[in-house]
Amino acid sequence: MGFSGLTIGQYLPGGSILHRLDPRTKIIGVTGLVVMLFFVPSFAGLGGFAALVLALFAVARISPAYALRGIRPLIVLLVFTALLNTFFAPVADGHVLFRFGPLMATMEGLRTGLFVAARLILLVVVTSLMTFTTSPVELTDGLERLLRPFQRLGVPGHELAMMTTIALRFIPTLLEETDKIMKAQMARGAEFDRGGVLARARAFVPVLVPLMVSAFRRSEDLALAMEARCYRGGAGRTRMNELRWQAADVVAFLVMGAAAAAVVWVRR
Amino acid sequence: MRSWRRGARAVAEPLLECLEVSHTYRRGTPFEATALQGVTVRIVAGQIVAIIGPTGSGKSTLIQHFNGLLRPSSGVVRVNGMDLWAAGADRRRARQQIGLVFQFPEYQLFEETVRRDVAYGPRNLGLDEVAVAERVDEALRQVGLDPHRFGERSPFTLSGGEMRRVALAGVLAMRPQALVLDEPTAGLDPRARRELLDRIEAWHRQGITIVLVTHNMDEAARLAGHVIVMHEGRVVLQGAPAEVFGREADLRAIGLDLPLAARLVRELRRRGLAVGDALTMTQARRAILTALRGRDHGV
Repeated sequence: MGFSGLTIGQYLPGGSILHRLDPRTKIIGVTGLVVMLFFVPSFAGLGGFAALVLALFAVARISPAYALRGIRPLIVLLVFTALLNTFFAPVADGHVLFRFGPLMATMEGLRTGLFVAARLILLVVVTSLMTFTTSPVELTDGLERLLRPFQRLGVPGHELAMMTTIALRFIPTLLEETDKIMKAQMARGAEFDRGGVLARARAFVPVLVPLMVSAFRRSEDLALAMEARCYRGGAGRTRMNELRWQAADVVAFLVMGAAAAAVVWVRR
Repeated sequence: MRSWRRGARAVAEPLLECLEVSHTYRRGTPFEATALQGVTVRIVAGQIVAIIGPTGSGKSTLIQHFNGLLRPSSGVVRVNGMDLWAAGADRRRARQQIGLVFQFPEYQLFEETVRRDVAYGPRNLGLDEVAVAERVDEALRQVGLDPHRFGERSPFTLSGGEMRRVALAGVLAMRPQALVLDEPTAGLDPRARRELLDRIEAWHRQGITIVLVTHNMDEAARLAGHVIVMHEGRVVLQGAPAEVFGREADLRAIGLDLPLAARLVRELRRRGLAVGDALTMTQARRAILTALRGRDHGV
């Protein structure tokens, strides 16, 4: 039981160069990498991309195997995507591999399916690199700072960042709570892994009700605690750690630039 | 004290035993944490056992092994002789036999009425409605709630203390052989605390084996016939309360204290009154009166 297998979005404290990069660099960097990923045209390109990601993991001193564990919950989605592409790829006259009723699997479709699946895996792995090396607080700090220019256009940067921080902060708390309530109900003979879909959904009512009750209680407590410390939004708020660009950030942007140039060159 | 000795003689096989149980959380991740290391405990039917230890000593992890909610990383857990993790083991039966009440159990309530919430456990056992209703009424009476007055109310309209009693009834309605209570008096006012301890003793007299997890030494001294002391995932001390609380230095070294009564008689002795040992306030009162009488008569 429990959620200990969940690795997506987890922060792994460490002292590597990637850990110490400005969070803004990492947000922009990962966004850039994700965009690039969608422009990489071939399997060879994906290979090159994977090599870059592996190198980044080495720099971060995190095992890529750990990131791959984050893919486990997505396996169903991956297989589904690959199959969908295999059967429905828009190929007019591909080499037919086999037929399944009205469905037809083509060589080209299979290629596309595998390509899309590989791209999705890389997508998850590359984004998890950011969350592995950046604490939630840094992440939202960076986000808030990046959104500041848009504040004049009415984008509530501070509020968005604060909401994200709070949401991230409570994910582990609520998971722990869920685990505890599930165990308490199991001690009363509940079973969550038996019966059909409907039976399983119904079995979760005794978990969801107490979970909601406690989430509301916690949010009220938090609001009270924030008001007790005179929180009144972002206006005029100073911060303990000001973000500053470092030399390492420049290097990171150079690496990104090189990668982008490589993608452009490959697509030429 | 009295009761567990009696139980020990009557029953050869323990109701519950953990042999060399170890547990590591999040194994294989950077957050790996060992919570239990080679813990061996035996709970004999009829006992009241207190498990004491500072925060983070592994008490809560240990009791989650008692009914198979957690699987030990290594070691064996047996309930009535059944290895909980052998192939085909019926852990649901173990969960009925060993009733586990978590800390702040009132947060597990979910039904629209008290009656239906207490009925959740018995219904999961597959009993018919007549048997369920009978158990619900009995369990509510066991926690001192009148089924007719409280049965149809929403649990969320009750006071904190009443909600906790409903949650306790929810486990009692499973008719367990043993009741494992994790800090059952946490957050209760002194009167509710006293009443709950009285009730626990009453359940024990009805034949339910009690395991009490606490860091309140007074509760342990008052109720338990056997005390298990945990520290950093190991059992560091166990025995009769007089034995365990006789090891003041060992207890203090791991951040625990003596029961208030024991501290009181010690202090009196230090100030020159020849007073005997005591663990509970009743014993302390008797010891002090005896000592005073002795002094007045110049003995």
